[in-house]
Amino acid sequence: MRDNTTNNTLLALGGVGALIGIGLLFTFERPPIETVQGGFRGTSMGQVYNPRTVNRLAAVNQVPPAPEPADPGGERARDVFQNVQVLGHLSVEQFNRIMQVMTEWIYPRENIADGCNGCHVPGNFAAEDIYTKHVARRMLQMTMALNSTWQVHTQEVGVTCWTCHRGQAVPAYVWSQQPVSSNGGGFATGPGEQNRPGRQVGLASLPNDPFTPYLWRAEEIRMQGRDQHPRPNSRQSIQQTEWNYALMMHMSTALGVNCTFCHNSRAFSSWEESPPQRLTAWHGIRMVRDINNTYIEPLRERFPPHRLGPLGDTLKVNCATCHQGVYQPMFGAPMIRDYPELLPPPEQRRAEAPAPGWVAGPRLP
Amino acid sequence: MAVLTFEKKYRVRGGTLFGGDLFDFWVGPFYVGFFGVTTLFFSVVGTALIIIAAAQGDTFNIWRINIAPPDLSYGLALAPMREGGYWQVITICALGAFISWALRQMEIARKLGMGLHIPFAYLTAVFAFFTLNVIRPVLMGAWGHGFPYGIFSHLDWVSNVGYQYLHFHYNPAHMIAVSLFFATTFALSLHASLVLSAINPKKGLPVATAEAENTFYRDLIGYSIGTLGIHRLGLFLALSAGIWSAICIVISGPFWTRGWPEWWNWWLQIPIWRGL
Repeated sequence: MRDNTTNNTLLALGGVGALIGIGLLFTFERPPIETVQGGFRGTSMGQVYNPRTVNRLAAVNQVPPAPEPADPGGERARDVFQNVQVLGHLSVEQFNRIMQVMTEWIYPRENIADGCNGCHVPGNFAAEDIYTKHVARRMLQMTMALNSTWQVHTQEVGVTCWTCHRGQAVPAYVWSQQPVSSNGGGFATGPGEQNRPGRQVGLASLPNDPFTPYLWRAEEIRMQGRDQHPRPNSRQSIQQTEWNYALMMHMSTALGVNCTFCHNSRAFSSWEESPPQRLTAWHGIRMVRDINNTYIEPLRERFPPHRLGPLGDTLKVNCATCHQGVYQPMFGAPMIRDYPELLPPPEQRRAEAPAPGWVAGPRLP
Repeated sequence: MAVLTFEKKYRVRGGTLFGGDLFDFWVGPFYVGFFGVTTLFFSVVGTALIIIAAAQGDTFNIWRINIAPPDLSYGLALAPMREGGYWQVITICALGAFISWALRQMEIARKLGMGLHIPFAYLTAVFAFFTLNVIRPVLMGAWGHGFPYGIFSHLDWVSNVGYQYLHFHYNPAHMIAVSLFFATTFALSLHASLVLSAINPKKGLPVATAEAENTFYRDLIGYSIGTLGIHRLGLFLALSAGIWSAICIVISGPFWTRGWPEWWNWWLQIPIWRGL
């Protein structure tokens, strides 16, 4: 027979356990959920969505209404305005239209330093005195490259300033190198601050900066060995796998998709068994490296210190910068169609048919 | 399969759950009963359907035969036989056979005046199957979420389901289930080694008793769970492992759609150390 003390102790323990259990119930989601099949039936490849989350994402991933198209005919901007280096091939009407939307997309507020003054010296629009004008010029060249050379990734969705900026001078999702935390992250922290959960890697305890090696430098994203035994200086190690996994966690979180969006986990490396999105993503990784190395990092000297990261490198791009949690930016709205001004001048445009559309995400309400 | 002489006295009528005296007899060593007949029916029909479906597939390689559930677009409706219908009927037959078998265990236990521990233990395994191929697909809205019937194909399914939640080792119920599976084998190996050591003494020495077994563990760790207790513990560990497995898969999808590492954010947000 148990005495009363034992019974009371058991009751108290049971009560605490029940309270914790009830509390944990609130950490979960609930049916109904929405699923998108991504492979042959029964392979369990495909996406799993909470429609409530998708609705919230849809609300913040809206395309702003486009102004009336501009007449491409008439005088060229380079002949009317001074010092137009990138957009000179546009008509005056087109030039004014794109300046107008850039203001709304990047400096929409009414402050003295916003609007046109975000990039231009008031009264002297040809002046080069404000650093943001140099940055904006380079970003326009980048956008044109993204909508032509990199169309293999951007496809018919395309890229505009809005894709990243969304009404802010500095896009919400950027990265720079971070100092190692002062307490070293505790006794279990490994290289790359592994074992410290990082939001950029889906809160997994994986290396926290997969961007420097893979999206700034061009380290090979390969960890499956071709030999029975590791070779000296082999990069195909468990440690490399963790870094690789960290990058993949970032890609998943940035796109709001799971691993099976691009891979059949039966054989991650096998292109034959991978969904077509993997090819788009492969080009995307190279595109982001090009953005960071060709367009952003060379601007380092232009930026004032408060626009650089704590270690002095620029605020760079990763998958989340454009995707912002969605498998295609703004749920695949073909925004570039409304802004022909952001395509390269016709003589630089490559003649190629747009890639076929691919819908593998959730239905929108 | 000879029937031992003393077995006859245990072959008593009654205790059936259904059908009264209709199938209350033995064939050789086997008790038949109404649920023996239904077990046989569902097993034969289900196996025949597996063979027919396999014959209509593209391989006879035993590893690669794959009888897959329907496309998600069929939802919870019936699909044409070659597009998942076989899988649906085979699932019905499997559950019919599994549940019949449990009810037959129950009838035999009743005849012998035993507890129902055996049918409940068996039903826990059936419950895991039922969760995988009925409860979870219904909660997710399509039979296509069930696992395919095939040796390689069901393993590929397991792998992909895991990676649909980015890192399945962060699934809290999966953690508990895996721990219980290890604990089960650990407890079984401790128990088996103890019993064998007690009843296999050196030549010439008498067989040791349960008291020796208890004393061994009291000397070792200060406590012995006892001869009955170890079996209670074993049943608890094994059934808990099965139940937590069912929980870990049923929460993946219906009750969590994102990566499992992200679920642990509640832990990081506890005010005591948030922001440290």
